[in-house]
Amino acid sequence: MMPQDFVPVLLTFAVVGGFAGIALVATHFLGPKAYSPIKQDTYECGVDYIGDSRSRFSVKFYLVAVLFVMFDLEVVFMYPWAVNFRTLGTFGLATMGIFLVILTVGLLYEWKKGALEWD
Amino acid sequence: MQTIIFALLALVSLFSAIMVVTRKNPVFSILYLVLTFFCFAGFYVMLGATFLAAIQILVYAGAIMVLFLFVVMMLNLREPEELEGKNTLWQTMGAVVAIGFGLLVLAFLGRSPGAGVPNFQPGEEAYVMGGAKALGKLLFTEFVFPFEIAGVLLLAAVIGAVALAKRKRV
Amino acid sequence: MPEIVAFLIEKTLVTIFVFIVVLTVVAFTTWIERIVAGHIQMRYGPNRAGPKGLFQVAADGVKFFMKEEFIPDRANKVLFVIAPTFTFMAAGFIMAVIPFGDRIMIGGREVLLQIADLNIAVLYVLAIGSLGVYGIIAGGWASNNKYSLMGGLRASSQMISYEIAMGLAIVALLLDHGTLSLRQIVLNQQGAIWHWSVFSHPIGFIIFYVAAFAESARVPFDLPEAENEIVAGYHTEYSAMKFGLFMFGEYVHMVLGSALIATLYFGGWSIPWVTAPEEPGLLWGLATFAVLWIKTYFFVFVYMWVRWTLPRFRYDQLMNLGWKRLIPIGVVNIFITAALLVVFQHLGIAG
Repeated sequence: MMPQDFVPVLLTFAVVGGFAGIALVATHFLGPKAYSPIKQDTYECGVDYIGDSRSRFSVKFYLVAVLFVMFDLEVVFMYPWAVNFRTLGTFGLATMGIFLVILTVGLLYEWKKGALEWD
Repeated sequence: MQTIIFALLALVSLFSAIMVVTRKNPVFSILYLVLTFFCFAGFYVMLGATFLAAIQILVYAGAIMVLFLFVVMMLNLREPEELEGKNTLWQTMGAVVAIGFGLLVLAFLGRSPGAGVPNFQPGEEAYVMGGAKALGKLLFTEFVFPFEIAGVLLLAAVIGAVALAKRKRV
Repeated sequence: MPEIVAFLIEKTLVTIFVFIVVLTVVAFTTWIERIVAGHIQMRYGPNRAGPKGLFQVAADGVKFFMKEEFIPDRANKVLFVIAPTFTFMAAGFIMAVIPFGDRIMIGGREVLLQIADLNIAVLYVLAIGSLGVYGIIAGGWASNNKYSLMGGLRASSQMISYEIAMGLAIVALLLDHGTLSLRQIVLNQQGAIWHWSVFSHPIGFIIFYVAAFAESARVPFDLPEAENEIVAGYHTEYSAMKFGLFMFGEYVHMVLGSALIATLYFGGWSIPWVTAPEEPGLLWGLATFAVLWIKTYFFVFVYMWVRWTLPRFRYDQLMNLGWKRLIPIGVVNIFITAALLVVFQHLGIAG
């Protein structure tokens, strides 16, 4: 494992990003252009639009994002544990057991509080 | 080759960091911040901390910034110009912090010119140390107690989030 | 030729080769999907352009480029234009770590049929995968259309919810393999067919597969673009190649996701009971390459099969499945796997 192992990753970034960029530019020049105010209008099933979409949305989406950050962090702690598990053995099982219990308490609390209900 | 890649990463990260603070539309600030985090991950890789680099993107760019984006979008921003208040107090405070931090960096570089510059050509052992395996070995033997405490901290955060967002409903 | 130049040339060639293969497969997948859909619904599917409708792929490609691109007047123009590239790139970057084949010897030089064999490959896939949210949410927000915004929000909430389940399934797998390198995981599964991880981690596989379906936002998880509720979701306002990049991104995501499932749970490029020759030549490389794609395409086919068979979830059902079913099962699965491994270790049986 050496730093140059990551150079091909940069190459991939360049190739994939380059393709996306070229595709965007090409379609810009190849496609016809016919401006019309009605065509460029916001689509709202054919009727005149009401307001715009810069309005507030349900706090539920935000709650899901917050909970995701917490649980994502908890899972992140498990990766270094998992790759070392064979050497850690029973001790590792106990360590992660305590951690998982703490995690489960959090999940149960959410559940009982109704944070996981969507309606 | 390391120097060229480092220079490129440094340029992009500086550029995007400046864009983060100068964009009027916070959605763009966040996207530039994601780019900055990407460059940081690049630095971590060059220093041998590959696990940290992956976590940097997974947690910061992939999770926390999504949350930021939700917050910004929830704030009902119609015209980005509305944000632009001429608040001299904040501007002075910002300037003081920026100058103070700049002096700190200069002082650090002045005191230890050699150690201040990180080694961007680490050997094989740095890559072993920075991998998930070595990190896990240390975290789950020597630092088990802090690890469990981190679990409790996360539990507190979960409870806090639920308590805030689910106040007195149903 | 200095080593560094040779290395760069080799990796550039491998990268371009892999990219072209992935792109070709993805292009034909769009055609095969319609053929499969046609046969499931007792009709022909595309059969006009060329023999068996084979030129439909080219016709679609040309059309994507030649169509007029609209940019709604009230949209955030810059973000509207670049958002599709985010989706496409987040899906395409994953190909960097997928082991498409074994190493081969060409002129005394060892060439790996994989762009980069990273020691954090599994985390790389998850990290890049988690960035796919940005394209969708940025596109939905920038369109300044209520349907787009709803689609973007639904998609991002759905993707982040199932990311945790996916992570938990992978942790259980890593307990067994003890490495984050995808090539090493494939090597561990060589030999008899029951060495494939799916036999030792069936629950993890099911969680992973369901989560992968949800991540790719396809039926039955296609709430973000539920056409009878929110028109076309986050790409309502998109046209021409900008829409093409969204669609291509989805298909790249599906194909590479299937390749990942094949790699993690079904032995990747390894052929059951066949060991690598001492001097792996081009033939061996092609064989492993083909084996991976056969396995991958089986899962791509299942994606299509499911798409034309199952109805769509309701959003609350989707969230319930993610948070109340998959995550608890994932946690229990990790604990059981770990406990069994400890027991096996004490009994002296190698897992």
